Amino acid sequence: MIENVPFALMLTFKVVVVLAAMLVVALVLIWGELKWGAHIQARVGPWYAGGRWGWAQPLADAVKFLQKEDLVPTAADGPVFRLAPYVMIAGTLAVFVVIPIGPSLVARDLDIGAFYLLAVSSLSTLGVLMAGWSSGNKYSLIGGVRAGAQLIAYELPLVLAVVAVVIEAGTLSLSGIVNAQAATSLPFVVPQIIGFVVFLVASLAELNRTPFDLPLAESELTMGYLTEYSGLRFTMFFLGEYAGMVSMGAIIATLYLGGYWAPGLSSDALKFAGPVILLVKIFVVAFLMIWIRWTYPRIREDQLQAIAWKWLIPLALFNIVITATLKVVL
Amino acid sequence: MVKFPLIGLFKGLWVTIKTLFRKPVTVMYPDVKETPAPRARGVIALDTDNCTSCMLCVRECPDWCIYIEAHKVAIPSDKPGGRVRTRNELDRFDIDYGLCMYCGICVEVCPFDALYWSPEYEYGEYKISDLLHDKDKLVEWLQTVPEPPALEK
Repeated sequence: MIENVPFALMLTFKVVVVLAAMLVVALVLIWGELKWGAHIQARVGPWYAGGRWGWAQPLADAVKFLQKEDLVPTAADGPVFRLAPYVMIAGTLAVFVVIPIGPSLVARDLDIGAFYLLAVSSLSTLGVLMAGWSSGNKYSLIGGVRAGAQLIAYELPLVLAVVAVVIEAGTLSLSGIVNAQAATSLPFVVPQIIGFVVFLVASLAELNRTPFDLPLAESELTMGYLTEYSGLRFTMFFLGEYAGMVSMGAIIATLYLGGYWAPGLSSDALKFAGPVILLVKIFVVAFLMIWIRWTYPRIREDQLQAIAWKWLIPLALFNIVITATLKVVL
Repeated sequence: MVKFPLIGLFKGLWVTIKTLFRKPVTVMYPDVKETPAPRARGVIALDTDNCTSCMLCVRECPDWCIYIEAHKVAIPSDKPGGRVRTRNELDRFDIDYGLCMYCGICVEVCPFDALYWSPEYEYGEYKISDLLHDKDKLVEWLQTVPEPPALEK
């Protein structure tokens, strides 16, 4: 039956499902950020919106943002300024092409899945750079350039950490990586603990989240590249940020936490439980990110670069050497 | 004692996760009301009997939010042929709480103790112009002024 559906219709359906799922999960994450962040600071956070626990707060915020005036500054480079939020969101959504959400549920199981993943996940920084450059504002420009510098510094440990995972699994395909973890019943977070830590820290920097939110830095750059954005485009950036958390959570879950796989479940059960298991793992990673955000203060630009070049990259290289040696010896 | 590297990072995470499961300290305001400290600077109350319309508070106010108008009334002497004295009768004593920055200089500077701090804080308005409170309102707030602390022996 599925074979008879025209390709274009099927594609549209998949895109709509992924978009809707991403946005809903991103909204849930925004709520989680507000609520968990509040409780970490001994506050209660959203309370009234939607009746209980302020569950409708992100929706109310979105409705408020949509009512705002849609401004494009005179000094801005119009087309680039308008395009930037969508470039950012497109990068995070494109990640889900290769993420397997079940044993046979994957949009396109690319042979070079891990490579594709790293390529598209840095697209969102391009959107940030576009926003910073086109705003015609010095704060935005500094924020955008900082994001670029951060990308160059943290893309390297990110890639090197994934290299170790690929050596361990023996494949670049993400389904293959999940199968390799299922085959040994051991998520890669255990043998690749160094790589996991390096990847987590680097992904925080990639997502511009505290303690690496220097491109935003509201206290010194008045929100950096977001300074000139308002209304719908700001909403897109905001959603893109949290959608980025979802996609980065999915990447970490797939590479290190076993993806849709859970111990003790047959492959038939995984067909149905797979997406839920992946979602739970995404939320675990997202909670970790939120926890880190509300714990640490923002670091300085030179410290940011020092952490990447002096610590994460040597650690990741060391990790590769160990993984490769063990792979050959064992 | 051996100091593990990066131990501080984990200590920080431990503090935040403990706080996450602690009861929030938020006072749910309209339902639950917090009692302010007895000498809280909520609002400035006026005792008209003590006021001599000397205008010191008006002149010292950094953002000029106090308005005083007064006229002189003649007080005839109790002895026949005595000199007629005059005293100031307060017509208007307004404080614009839209401008007031709660520095308390007027309370400090008042030589006759006509101005007091009151812990009353619920006087929000929907319009900024409604925050201009007149003499009657300021005198009402005098009821909420706490007793001064006892003198030290």
